[in-house]
Amino acid sequence: MRGTHLAELFDGADPGVADALDVVSGFDEALVPGLARVGAEQQSQLAALAGAVAVTPLRERTREAVEKVAAGSFGDEHLAMLAGARTALLGAVHDALLERLDTALGRPRATWATAEAPAPSVSENLMAGVRSWLREVAIAGWRGVDHDLVSASAQTAEAVLAVPALRRLAVLLDGLAAELRASCPVATMERLPLRRWADLWSRALLLAQPGGLPGSAATPVSGRLLPLGVDVHEHGTAVQVQVHAVLESADVPPRLVRTSLTTAKVETIVGPAVWRLLRGAPVLFKALAEHRALEITDVPLLPGGDLVWQDGSARPGETVEPFATARLHLGTALAPAVPPLERHPVRIAEPVLLEGYAVAVSEEGESRLDVDGQALTVDVARLPGCGPLTPDLVAASSACLGLVRWDGGRWLLQPLAVQVRNRRGTTEAHTADWALGPTDPKVVRAEARAGDAVAVLRERAGRLLRR
Amino acid sequence: MVGWERHSTARVLPPVQPRKLAKVPFVELADGRLQGVVSSGSDVERVYVSSVVAGSHGYSCSTNNNRPCGGLRGTPCKHIQALLEEAVVQYGVARVARYLRIDVDDPDCTDLDLLHRLRGGPESIPAAVVFSRFLRHLAYLEVPESTEPVPELHWFPATRVGR
Ligand SMILES: [Zn+2]
Repeated sequence: MRGTHLAELFDGADPGVADALDVVSGFDEALVPGLARVGAEQQSQLAALAGAVAVTPLRERTREAVEKVAAGSFGDEHLAMLAGARTALLGAVHDALLERLDTALGRPRATWATAEAPAPSVSENLMAGVRSWLREVAIAGWRGVDHDLVSASAQTAEAVLAVPALRRLAVLLDGLAAELRASCPVATMERLPLRRWADLWSRALLLAQPGGLPGSAATPVSGRLLPLGVDVHEHGTAVQVQVHAVLESADVPPRLVRTSLTTAKVETIVGPAVWRLLRGAPVLFKALAEHRALEITDVPLLPGGDLVWQDGSARPGETVEPFATARLHLGTALAPAVPPLERHPVRIAEPVLLEGYAVAVSEEGESRLDVDGQALTVDVARLPGCGPLTPDLVAASSACLGLVRWDGGRWLLQPLAVQVRNRRGTTEAHTADWALGPTDPKVVRAEARAGDAVAVLRERAGRLLRR
Repeated sequence: MVGWERHSTARVLPPVQPRKLAKVPFVELADGRLQGVVSSGSDVERVYVSSVVAGSHGYSCSTNNNRPCGGLRGTPCKHIQALLEEAVVQYGVARVARYLRIDVDDPDCTDLDLLHRLRGGPESIPAAVVFSRFLRHLAYLEVPESTEPVPELHWFPATRVGR
């Protein structure tokens, strides 16, 4: 990514984006007092939401939903329409932002082909239970969320987690409930994460609709997989390792793909220990830790660019440095289309390579990479604890492989790997360097001192769960 | 840039600090209580369920079979002390104090300072509720891994804990 790319990314503003986000914020504010208590202000905010989708097929039913809420007689289907309209607006914002980014990068992107498979069949009772809790939350409003309301989600959330097809919904509900639980009583909070909680509430409500979980038809793919870097997601009870890579297959141009491993965890398992929870992909982890390519055979590729990992269908290949892969392929590789329900600005995570920059630290302590006079802010809060990347390494770096993201009205860089030049030559640090265990002796000693949290809890589980 | 309220990845929960789990395998701030499970020093099959209520600071301690703890004699027992100590390691003293509504003027105070400022007395808190939360907590480690992408986790970026 050169200064000219950044200049194009930052140049001008999309007026539609700001307007759409204002309408979204209006809806988000209506969730503060709750939809059972909408006053004139909230009514006009909801009407603005209906107005914003007035030229779409959502028009009639959104207008009806807004009227029902105003009259205080709304049902599940009306809440679903409001969540749907809000989601559609954020989907449009996502599209505008991603198009801007693709244009700036010159990145080709596949178009979405609507080859959706039938949705997995799941218990309608269970989904109704989830919707009912989300309705209670919307009625109470964030200010009305108390311990009892949060606890009321526990049984449903537990049942959802037991169904593998509902993992997405389960992980989302757990994440939202944990934040609400820690914030109780929410009425006493000074500031509320309005956009965030409304995002989580809306997505959960859509996933809990009958047929809301999209099924997708996978295509088996083979070829050479070249990892670029690893993005790690984590909350108290879940961790996801998402590998960004380039796939070279016969007869098609190189493609950008991802592959993800998710598992449940508990709050006290943090840092490098999370790698030990993921035991199903030793071949992939070896390739990540040793910077190797992988030869894959007939691994399912979802239309959104996600390989459904099968460790038995992969063999480790020769050493290929991720920075070399980035230099060779990032300029031309084909990016995947984004599945309709995933279109939200939070999902934008485009791999890029930055070089030849100066690192500047602003007065607020923010690191920025300055390339040819254009500065991209580094999201240092996004450096995961399970790897060796630190803000200091980023500040000392001369090249950075990362993901371009967008949040809070601006573009950000999430580093996945850095190159640091020093007297002994060039050293590197990648988020997945410790996939097979920490390699830094200091970290190894600290881990040994703290004891093995995973082992202690598994021992307790063995004694107490199976009695 | 716009306000924190308009960030999809606004951080609500600070990351917890790693701690040794052998003595106190489970601590949480939930249901209006600091509650958790403390291993018995003498019997590996036995655990104590201890809790402190936010606001009133009433406390309780019993075994997982609902036998009252012998150490509770008008003052918090060693299990409650251990619970508070580990909660402070895990969440930091400020978060524990805020949740329990203990007034602390000194941000560098310790778990012992918190202990001395508990105003309540023994209170009956159902051990079964807390113990079942612990079992549910342990059950997370039995949930199988998945290779299907979870796009919703983009709202939950991993972050560093102070090391
Ligand atoms: Zn005790």
